[in-house]
Amino acid sequence: MESLERVLMEQPFFTPLDSAHRAALTRYAEPAQFPPGAYLLHENAPEDRFYLLQQGRLALQVHVPGCGARRVQTLQPGEIVGLSWLIRPYRSSYDAQAFEPIRAIAFDAARLRALCGADHDFGYELMQCFMPVLLQRLQAARLQLLDVYGTLL
Amino acid sequence: MQAYPGLYPVAPPQSAGPEPLMTSALAPPQVLTHAGFDALLAELKRSGHRLLGPIVRDDVVVYDDIESTADLPRGWTDVQDGGHYRLQRRGDDALFGYAVSAQSWKPFLHPPGQRLWSARMRGDAVQIQPEPPPSERMAFVGARACELHAIALMDRALLGTGPGDPYYRARRAQVFIIAVNCSVAGGTCFCDSMHAGPQVTAGFDLALTELSDQSPPVFLVHSGTTAGSAVLAAVPSAPANAAQIAAEQTILAHTRASMGRKISSTNLHDLLLGNLQHPSWTEVGERCLACGNCTMVCPTCMCTSVADVSDLSGERISRSRRWDSCYTSEFSYLHGGSVRHSTAARYRQWLTHKLATWHDQYGSSGCVGCGRCITWCPVGIDLTEQVRAIAAPPAG
Amino acid sequence: MALSSEDSGTRLASAAMVPRIGRILRRHRDAPGVWTVEIGETDPGVVPCAAGQFNMLTAFGIGEVPISLSGDPRDGTRLIHTVRAVGAVSRALAKLPQGAPIGIRGPFGTGWPMHAARGHDVLLLAGGLGLAPLRPVIYQLLAERPRYGRIMLLYGTRSPAEVLFMHQLEAWRRHLELDIEITVDHAGAGWHGHVGVVTTLIGRMGLDPVHTLAFVCGPEVMMRFAAAALEAAGLPDTSIHLSLERNMKCAVGVCGHCQLGAAFICRDGPILPYARLRPALAIREL
Repeated sequence: MESLERVLMEQPFFTPLDSAHRAALTRYAEPAQFPPGAYLLHENAPEDRFYLLQQGRLALQVHVPGCGARRVQTLQPGEIVGLSWLIRPYRSSYDAQAFEPIRAIAFDAARLRALCGADHDFGYELMQCFMPVLLQRLQAARLQLLDVYGTLL
Repeated sequence: MQAYPGLYPVAPPQSAGPEPLMTSALAPPQVLTHAGFDALLAELKRSGHRLLGPIVRDDVVVYDDIESTADLPRGWTDVQDGGHYRLQRRGDDALFGYAVSAQSWKPFLHPPGQRLWSARMRGDAVQIQPEPPPSERMAFVGARACELHAIALMDRALLGTGPGDPYYRARRAQVFIIAVNCSVAGGTCFCDSMHAGPQVTAGFDLALTELSDQSPPVFLVHSGTTAGSAVLAAVPSAPANAAQIAAEQTILAHTRASMGRKISSTNLHDLLLGNLQHPSWTEVGERCLACGNCTMVCPTCMCTSVADVSDLSGERISRSRRWDSCYTSEFSYLHGGSVRHSTAARYRQWLTHKLATWHDQYGSSGCVGCGRCITWCPVGIDLTEQVRAIAAPPAG
Repeated sequence: MALSSEDSGTRLASAAMVPRIGRILRRHRDAPGVWTVEIGETDPGVVPCAAGQFNMLTAFGIGEVPISLSGDPRDGTRLIHTVRAVGAVSRALAKLPQGAPIGIRGPFGTGWPMHAARGHDVLLLAGGLGLAPLRPVIYQLLAERPRYGRIMLLYGTRSPAEVLFMHQLEAWRRHLELDIEITVDHAGAGWHGHVGVVTTLIGRMGLDPVHTLAFVCGPEVMMRFAAAALEAAGLPDTSIHLSLERNMKCAVGVCGHCQLGAAFICRDGPILPYARLRPALAIREL
């Protein structure tokens, strides 16, 4: 567990957490590994775990009938897989499928939610970790929507 | 400039006061009668110049070919205001008793259309024939101070950077200029504010002041160049007397005092570029028709576009340049649409270029205060008002 | 008052307005609607064009458009340009068969600041067809490899089918002399590259912001976001260079079309530092 704590300490993603809160986080974390092709999240399934990628990339996908899986974003080491556990109804929005061997840290989303509810300081700091990701993905999605490479250049 | 230092790197020079009159170092001022003036025009014609001067056509004063003083707008003056131009009788025989013509000399130096080259295609063989620059000698009769400043600005823009425009250079190289000091200011004139008139100070071969209340009416003449002196020496004239020289200054003082418009020309660069998102741009954009009249009559608007044409067989092709206007949607077109989509943005481009970024590009304002853009705007948009609207503290 | 007429100047100026004649050596399709043309036999010879500069290309009888060099700037025998067929002229240029004549005026404009890049890491950030004006930079960087630190190319485009110069990018990637990351806006499951906007790759590169120069070329919106992301990664705005696009007719700063603030993009650009462009890019419809 101590080594896991050190791994979490080194992750820029969790910088907003103070050391006590980081230690608390560690209690709900465990290492996880996935082979290529494995699903870390399934669209519309309860999101009771989320992941911090350490090695390997995966794709967020939406299945389009007739087109198969469409990739909407790829995630790579240092990034978070799973944001839907934060808000009701706590169900995943996309399929998250590994296309390389994955090493990650898995978090117990349900128990972290409970901790956020019980300890608002912890909850506030954890939101500080997640808000920039949400904002960045929103901006990226809007830029994609503009379809700037279509005719503008 | 403070707010937008990036693309506006040069600190704009603040305009100095009016330059002193170029009292001829070549010869003292002479006096010319109307007959003497006609002899002078004949002399220019004899030496191969195409004579161009003011005439009355379609109820306006415009520049066109003339034969003699008989073609000049004798006894006419003009009443000008925003979107308004009328000719009126003066009640005397003044030849240059109007303020400013409808169009400047621009069409003669920088014509609305200019072929650049033509080519013959035979299969995959192409033979390009560059259009030779013209060799015509022109004499401009009756150029005003603001117009001489405008020509100097065009010289800087079209000849000053890079290889320059060979067609402008060729036309410009052959021009003989007879300037006239303004004896009246028009309702839309503000050359005094722009330090571009009413007194001609440079850029002429000969400069006249019409002393129309003398009997008989005469012209006081200054030579600005040896070419000017030579032409003057070929016709009968007499040395000017002290009263005539004093009369010139009285006339100019009166003209200067009767300018129809004013603009505060200090720091327009920073004022306009520091207010690119001012609400008054939107307001003026709602009135502006984007017709481009202002750019057509402006003596320093020189933007052009090019068009390639071919005959039906595709064998004979050519490329021509024509005047363009920053008010058209095509002007800033980039595949997909115009960069300046709104009329407000096009007006802002025109005015900020003219009064602000011109300083960065060419070291002075691009406006000479001739007022044509105000007179010929169909809805009477007045750039002096627009500058005041931006300078005014925001309402509320 | 007359001005003196300088004959040599007049001849030089005429030459700047009249195209030289080249021949299409080869053309090939790089992506849907995107064609690369190789031009040779220009009379009296190929005029060298620096990375980032452009030529005005004429389809005879149709018209003329500005197109950046996309080939090797050290190639003394050919000019290579990549064209997206979107308007009458670019469609005509893209269709020119082998041996057909093509008009060339140029080169014009500022190049990428290659000299300033010496001794630095170089990050190339391309969006869509914006890879074409950056390809000459890659040729030059690789030819002078020891002069530079890390070389990185981040390239974003719409879909895998629209990735330009794919074989070349793969070859370069195998060379290991530069890091190449390609990302697309949308992809099927067969695509194993990135999906997402190119700006999100910047934070993952571990840049040394003090010793990195960034050359950015793509749609203006993409460049605005890219410049912001580069600044967030610590690059000063003087180290970020953008290639701007505006309507260009004369290419020598007199026709007035390409103005952005006081700059004539044809002459003062198309490559300009973000430090100079930032205020203008923030004003709508300037």
